[in-house]
Amino acid sequence: MNKFGYRHGIIAAIIISVCVIYLLRLFTYQVVDDTYKIMADNNSQRIEIQYPARGLIYDRNGKLLVDNQASYDLMIIPRQVKSFDTVELITLFDVTREELEKRMATCRKYSPYKPSILFSQIPGEKYAYLQEKLYRYPGFYIQTRTSRKYNVNHSADVFGYISEVTPRQIEKDPYYSSGDYVGTSGLEYTYERRLRGKKGEKILLVDNKNRIKGSFRDGEYDEEAIVGQDLHTTLDIDLQDYAYKLMQNKKGGIVAIEPATGEILAKVSSPGYDPQLMVGLDRGKNYRALETDPLKPLFDRTTMAQYPPGSIFKTIQALIGLQAGVITTATTAECHGGAPIVGGRFMKCHWHDSPVTFKASIENSCNPYYVNVFRRLLENPKYKNVREAYGEWRKSVLEFGLGNRICPDFASEVPGSIPTQEYYDKVFKTKNWYSSYIISLSIGQGELLITPLQMANIATILANRGYYITPHIVRPTGDSTQAPIQKHVLPIKRQYFEDVIEGMELVITNGTGRMARVDSITMAGKTGTVQNPHGDDHSVFIAFAPVENPRIALIVYVENGVWGSRYAAPIAGLLIEKYLKGKISDNKKALEQRMFESSLVSTVTSTPKTPTHD
Amino acid sequence: MTDRPKTLLANIDWISILLYTVLVLMGWINIYAASYDETHSSIFDFTQRYGKQIVWIGAAFILGFLILLTDSKFFTAFSLIIYALTILLLVLVLLIGDESKGARSWFEFGGIKIQPAEFAKFATCLAIANVMSRHNFKVMHLPNLLLLFAILALPAGLIILQNDTGSALVYSSFILVFYREGLHGSLLLMCFVAAALFVISILYTPFTVLVIIICATLFAHYYYRHSPREILRIILFIGGPFALFYLLKWLFDWSFSDFHALLGIYALLSIGGLYYLYKHKLKHLTILLLVSWMCVGISASVDLMFDKLQPHQQARINELLGITEDTKGVGYNVTQSKIAIGSGGFWGKGFLQGTQTKYNFVPEQSTDFIFCTVGEEWGFVGSAVVILLLMTFILRITKMAERQRSAFSRIYGYGVASILFFHVAVNIGMTIGMVPVIGIPLPFFSYGGSSLWAFTILIFIFLRLDSNRLQVFR
Repeated sequence: MNKFGYRHGIIAAIIISVCVIYLLRLFTYQVVDDTYKIMADNNSQRIEIQYPARGLIYDRNGKLLVDNQASYDLMIIPRQVKSFDTVELITLFDVTREELEKRMATCRKYSPYKPSILFSQIPGEKYAYLQEKLYRYPGFYIQTRTSRKYNVNHSADVFGYISEVTPRQIEKDPYYSSGDYVGTSGLEYTYERRLRGKKGEKILLVDNKNRIKGSFRDGEYDEEAIVGQDLHTTLDIDLQDYAYKLMQNKKGGIVAIEPATGEILAKVSSPGYDPQLMVGLDRGKNYRALETDPLKPLFDRTTMAQYPPGSIFKTIQALIGLQAGVITTATTAECHGGAPIVGGRFMKCHWHDSPVTFKASIENSCNPYYVNVFRRLLENPKYKNVREAYGEWRKSVLEFGLGNRICPDFASEVPGSIPTQEYYDKVFKTKNWYSSYIISLSIGQGELLITPLQMANIATILANRGYYITPHIVRPTGDSTQAPIQKHVLPIKRQYFEDVIEGMELVITNGTGRMARVDSITMAGKTGTVQNPHGDDHSVFIAFAPVENPRIALIVYVENGVWGSRYAAPIAGLLIEKYLKGKISDNKKALEQRMFESSLVSTVTSTPKTPTHD
Repeated sequence: MTDRPKTLLANIDWISILLYTVLVLMGWINIYAASYDETHSSIFDFTQRYGKQIVWIGAAFILGFLILLTDSKFFTAFSLIIYALTILLLVLVLLIGDESKGARSWFEFGGIKIQPAEFAKFATCLAIANVMSRHNFKVMHLPNLLLLFAILALPAGLIILQNDTGSALVYSSFILVFYREGLHGSLLLMCFVAAALFVISILYTPFTVLVIIICATLFAHYYYRHSPREILRIILFIGGPFALFYLLKWLFDWSFSDFHALLGIYALLSIGGLYYLYKHKLKHLTILLLVSWMCVGISASVDLMFDKLQPHQQARINELLGITEDTKGVGYNVTQSKIAIGSGGFWGKGFLQGTQTKYNFVPEQSTDFIFCTVGEEWGFVGSAVVILLLMTFILRITKMAERQRSAFSRIYGYGVASILFFHVAVNIGMTIGMVPVIGIPLPFFSYGGSSLWAFTILIFIFLRLDSNRLQVFR
């Protein structure tokens, strides 16, 4: 069997010859040939990330709102760092020695071999100074990328800001590595994938004096960065500017929507802050200042604030009541400065003609009228009990885009809430409730929570007589990553809307919204008051114009504005005039001036509560 | 029976155990260096690769010890069952295994990942030994060859389905076992020529490849005819016109390529030679000439594949051949690896002093490219020691295989040596740019429990069989 034994020698020879060939090759590489040694010793390579410029942000008329500017980061590779002039760095960057050491320790902890950012977003003149001295700092180099440059000094709540990625984000998305920027709020967050582009990579040869000698293999292995895609927003920046001016020194929010398209024309959260504060070396300092500011400029008052809607909710009650058939436009109610309601209580109202008709109930915002509407809805014999009727009512209310997030462009948007039956079961500890338990919902108070954005959407639904398009601030591009823009039609007859709108026109011509009136523009509106347990009530006004063919629907809400008629209505009127006519008529200049100048931020003192009426 | 442990101890090949231990420890030192991080310097830091590798090594020693305690008849009697079970595992991993990096090749048991493909090597080796050691088994008998091919193709095919073509190619190394057991030498030669041609075509320019083929043809010619005069004449016939061509090219500044000129000259000479061979009825030389032209054709087609094809088609062929995809462009990994090894110099930069492997320039530095760390930190001396140790170990195993009385043990031994040799040759070859990048581990050096345990089982079964060599005649 062992007749092939001689082949052991041949096999051994094959094995030995392969090893000998390898040894010869290794000898050439390691001992004879210096090429690789020179490449490794004198030219260590540095993989430099090529950061793409983020996409730009434009307004609806193509005006550039958010731009980019060159910025510089001081990078270190801890392992390559030798002794250097720490005093120079400390004075240049205005930090303490401990701070510098702490930063360096963080970099070392991340990786002794990989580059990390020591100081980010260095301004141009410091960069120029540092660039010349850099040869004395082995292990340091400067990386160029872009940072944001804003052409407006407001609207930070829309744009949001970018910041360095957190370790958790890196873990979740392998695209990111330490030191990368990522959109953290606003559009920068929502459209991060579109705006960020794609990073590239450049392999550089660096000599032992830390100077770039060129690219490795003529850039054969380099990867170009791909610039981010631009965003085209639906904002009208002139209107936005004007709205910010009107809101100066006032807390509150404004959302204006083009009813036919759902496009957001203006979105104001006041007080805002200059988005440029979030860029540059002082970013951290600025951020901490904004965070501790008692006026909460970081809080987006249009999508993150939620309140009981107050009297503007009466329009919804009227529509639901008409559609359910529990009232007609002929229904009247008795009200003499208020009226006794269920449970032996008395609902206050202000003085107006009695009995009050349907149209007058909106014009005068009559509380007892809507108590009556809500009672009829809840005690509708169609349903077994109040609980079941409430369920039906709640369903109708949700149709108005309440209780849910409606704008896909703002991730921080809160849904608000319309309490469920289960919620009240728990509160009342029974399933057998009476309409008197929840009667304050009838006039938009109680457990209802609605965001200003949702209130603006109610104005849109009224303007459109029964539908709304998903409110959005970024023009859809057919990109699959973007949430679809949909049309939501409410199951309420168009005629009922016309009835309510007639009442809302009276609000402008004769009622609480007179301050919003603009000659030659037909307008429909409704004032409201948001109860504020911490101080003066908030003033709310929704409106749209022109009534026949609405081009703008909006909400203005001013914190501590006491009544809708005092601040919210005049501001809304000025905005509508500005948008539809392009300028303010002379007879309103004085009012405009008053709005510019009035300040409410110091009146955060608590005053006795006024009853719910306006 | 009472003195069984004593005979066991006495009959175990302690040289092999020593080589095994030395290699595993050297491997660990290099994994430590490759994944070294100043913030985690304790060798027992189990969050780091070197810490985990200590656990794998400890387990491997226990595994080896257990195998030495097992009755050697177990391996011979159950060889086919072990093979069948492994095939079952390979099928199962395809169906319910964990997917990572696009390959479905892992089982995970409470944080420990097991790769069945690694264990299929020793099981296949046992099955081959079982079949080939049967009475009157002749390799050069077509049904037998087909059977052997099927035994190899089954695990190899399943492993290819797992997207791990590199590990599947390992089974081609059994050609050495077959050769040892009687496979005709020409078949081995053919395989070698094909493999060599393929590798040469990828590595060198067409001109160089053609020169190599012509030289090889001349070499074979001399082997048949033993006539230096004829060789000299042929060299003159080729060299003369080529020198003339070069002169003309220089004088008239032609842009005609050297490759096409040499190809033309060789073609003309071959046609003339064919007439001569036909007249003198030199059948062998005619075949030689045909084979030579076949080689030219093959190398040209390999070249075509890699130059003329679209990048994604190239990538697909690379994938088919188990060549690891190069994310940063063809050759980046190998260039980095060569810089790391080349910069090591004669004595190396010293333990933990390597820079190239540390800056993450070298990919997979603690797994497939671990040899870079050896080359960079220990220099030519260290690389040579590692290669010589591995070679000694492999040769030791073939020598031990020869001393077996039982065919089973001998064949198994050659299987072990062939598998080890393939791993060493391909892995080190790719780090120094002599073999395309195929992702298979360097035995005892690459990080990873599955591969270390698989090699341990492979080798210790043979050591166990060897310790019984005097008692058993199978």
